[in-house]
Amino acid sequence: MSDPLTPWQRAELALAVLAVDPAGVKGLWLRARSSAVRDRVTQALPVARRIHPGVDDTALFGGVDLAATLAAGRLVSSAGLLASTAPVILTMAERCPQGLSARLSRWLDEAGPCLIALDEGAEPEEGLPSGLADRLGLFLDLTEVGYSDSQAIALSPQAIATARARLATTTLPKTALESLTTVAAAMGIASLRAPMLALAVARALAAWRGQDQASDDTLRHAAELTLAHRGDLPPQVEENEGPPPPPEPPDAPEQDAQDQSQQDRLPDDILLEAIRAALPADLLARLAAGKAARSAKGSGSGAARKGNHRGRPLPSRPGTPGSGKRIDLVASLRAAAPWQPLRRRSVDATRLEIRQSDLRLKRYQETSDRVLIFAVDASGSSALARLGEAKGAVELLLAQAYARRDHVALIAFRGTAAELMLPPTRSLVQTKRRLASLPGGGGTPLAAGLQMAFELAGQTKARGMTPTVALLTDGRGNIALDGSANREMAEADSLKLARALRATGIPALVIDIATRPQPALNRLAEVLNAPYLPLPRADAQRLSAALQAALGD
Amino acid sequence: MSQPFPFSAIVGQAAMKQAMVLTAIDPGIGGVLVFGDRGTGKSTAVRALAALLPEITAVEGCPVNSARIEDVPEWAGLKSGKMIKRPTPVIDLPLGATEDRVVGALDIERALTRGEKAFEPGLLARANRGYLYIDEVNLLEDHIVDLLLDVAQSGQNVVEREGLSIRHAARFVLVGSGNPEEGELRPQLLDRFGLSVEVASPRDVETRVEVMRRRDAYENDNAAFMKKWRAKDMALRKQIMAARTALPALKTPGAVLHDCAALCIALGSDGLRGELTLLRAARAIAAFDGADTVTRGHLKQVASSALGHRLRRDPLDEAGSASRVARVVEETLP
Repeated sequence: MSDPLTPWQRAELALAVLAVDPAGVKGLWLRARSSAVRDRVTQALPVARRIHPGVDDTALFGGVDLAATLAAGRLVSSAGLLASTAPVILTMAERCPQGLSARLSRWLDEAGPCLIALDEGAEPEEGLPSGLADRLGLFLDLTEVGYSDSQAIALSPQAIATARARLATTTLPKTALESLTTVAAAMGIASLRAPMLALAVARALAAWRGQDQASDDTLRHAAELTLAHRGDLPPQVEENEGPPPPPEPPDAPEQDAQDQSQQDRLPDDILLEAIRAALPADLLARLAAGKAARSAKGSGSGAARKGNHRGRPLPSRPGTPGSGKRIDLVASLRAAAPWQPLRRRSVDATRLEIRQSDLRLKRYQETSDRVLIFAVDASGSSALARLGEAKGAVELLLAQAYARRDHVALIAFRGTAAELMLPPTRSLVQTKRRLASLPGGGGTPLAAGLQMAFELAGQTKARGMTPTVALLTDGRGNIALDGSANREMAEADSLKLARALRATGIPALVIDIATRPQPALNRLAEVLNAPYLPLPRADAQRLSAALQAALGD
Repeated sequence: MSQPFPFSAIVGQAAMKQAMVLTAIDPGIGGVLVFGDRGTGKSTAVRALAALLPEITAVEGCPVNSARIEDVPEWAGLKSGKMIKRPTPVIDLPLGATEDRVVGALDIERALTRGEKAFEPGLLARANRGYLYIDEVNLLEDHIVDLLLDVAQSGQNVVEREGLSIRHAARFVLVGSGNPEEGELRPQLLDRFGLSVEVASPRDVETRVEVMRRRDAYENDNAAFMKKWRAKDMALRKQIMAARTALPALKTPGAVLHDCAALCIALGSDGLRGELTLLRAARAIAAFDGADTVTRGHLKQVASSALGHRLRRDPLDEAGSASRVARVVEETLP
């Protein structure tokens, strides 16, 4: 087996493959900060049109050319960038919004086009949207490459043309399809696009190297370029920093069945090893982190957003309609009106003369209301001293909430179950009445309280509000979800619920109102990823102040 | 490659294919939701479905694909009643599509250049009598979801804006796909989908290799590949057509209705839409199988896809709803 490729060799190969068969390999994900090294790569890229993450639909799919239409007095449309299949470069790809990613993905699914994504992500959480990353064949990470390791890349047009001509007749070994699929499966790559792309890359690479049939080395390099960054695991890489250990043979029974074809077939573990060698040590960790961050983003409702579709109307302002911006007809006409006599004189027309500069767009502002969900422990253990303070704090917060458009909800848990004392509201009177009648005593069904908070948070989020859960308890949960008095089960249940709550990304806050801080509650707060506030001697004022500080305003 | 990948050539994913065929037999089932990982053939299946479906007869030039000349909305301004055959529309609703593009809006160009008040139909108009496909449906913006809910419920698209007051038919089968890891779907929208299926990448290498082999053949030996699978697609289309004809005559014994209700009660699904969809789906699959009576076996075949998404979400149940349904089906319908 030959040595693994150096990062720079890999870059050269990737560019060659991209030049030979852009439609087959679909594109390149280039992860690098802007640098001289990256410039060397980008200079060798095929000629392409550039788009940025903020590009609007009119530019992508074409639409009405407003300036020309208004000037000519008839409909003039412009063709969009995605109308042809010529390559497109997406700059600042780490900021690519989901909508754009979905549209580009749709475009890539058709035959022909090729996208080069320049990803400048600095943090592990930043990166290409997963839908796009899945569709681009090649991946290059230049973060580890120093300038002295790189050379200028010159791909001769002659060589590219020869390779392209050869591409149609280049074949792959019969077993290539099988071994690449096996390797992808062994690496835990769920998507079946990956091995498809690996095949295309292998074919292009063979054509570039002048091989009639792709050699083993070519297959190995193709796997390095396409599969290495996709794997969910191979766990060995993360554990051992040294030389790659012999990997386990993937699918032993399957290999038995095909022993006789083993001779003419590139062993899968060599391919796997090649891929491992191609990975920077921490790449997998970084990509995994990126995946986690992306998947933790939630449903996208509830958080603050810039809405130009609904909400409170703002004054309209000049601009070009398109990409969700709607024209404000009345304002546009009003803007055009004073100019009519002047324009009629110069154009000598009878119709309304409207220029692009007259167009006004509608704007809306939508604010997302915050909901504070209090889950208050009203059990016997906390009822004596603390309940009164909790009540006081809720009342104080509510008084402030009136000015800040916050809603408040109150859940009390005692005995064997939790009860929604107060659905999300801004009504002071109602809250005071409900609070005054909140009884205390009984066991501590912490899990039930958490469950109700979880459900309520989900509901309010679906209604477009931004929930925050504040848990006030003394931490001695002793009633399980099914109502039985089992301390261990109760503990397990509440931890489970805490994990579920955390997974939804709803911010939370744990306030310990026991006379002595409870380590169990600290643990719960850690699971919730929530600030933990022990308040052994708090009055309502201090409690309210602590809440304010923890919530960040 | 103008021809999409043939529907019959998709390896495995039986549940997804079954659900899509059922909506083709009875569009009243109300759509399919496909949730699963990337690269499992979700989009491929939807586009393949478009090629599989029989053509519809529509008035030429009608923006809403009306079947009869009297159904053509006034604002379309059509004079001729010439009928043409056209493929069943399968319309993509891209993420980030604006309200204007979805429901239609005032034709700004005509308003500005000719001073006319005209309606520019949106995607919902084009999807009438066909399919509306939303990739990454769980990432769709809330206000578009609200619009879709309303239209999917009523079968009518009502536009009241910018001085326009227009309504037109918008009956379509909603097909959504997405990756649940990236965001959840609102329960209201979830409920509008008749069937839901979860897809996963095939785990065994043999199947994966077969997928790759077919895809490779599709890309590099297109003519021969399409010829080979075209026949199977045509056979499937015939079977769908036959099932459509047979559907009204199908007998539904009272015992099956009873089973439906018992199953939904045992699962605690909200509302009655679960029962209704379950029954429709069971009838469709019975018709597809060429049976003349719906049986308990048919119910079992479709129970998981018709009911899986209607359960109350239990944050503590990690097994997933499909297995919960299977468990309850085993208990209630021995």
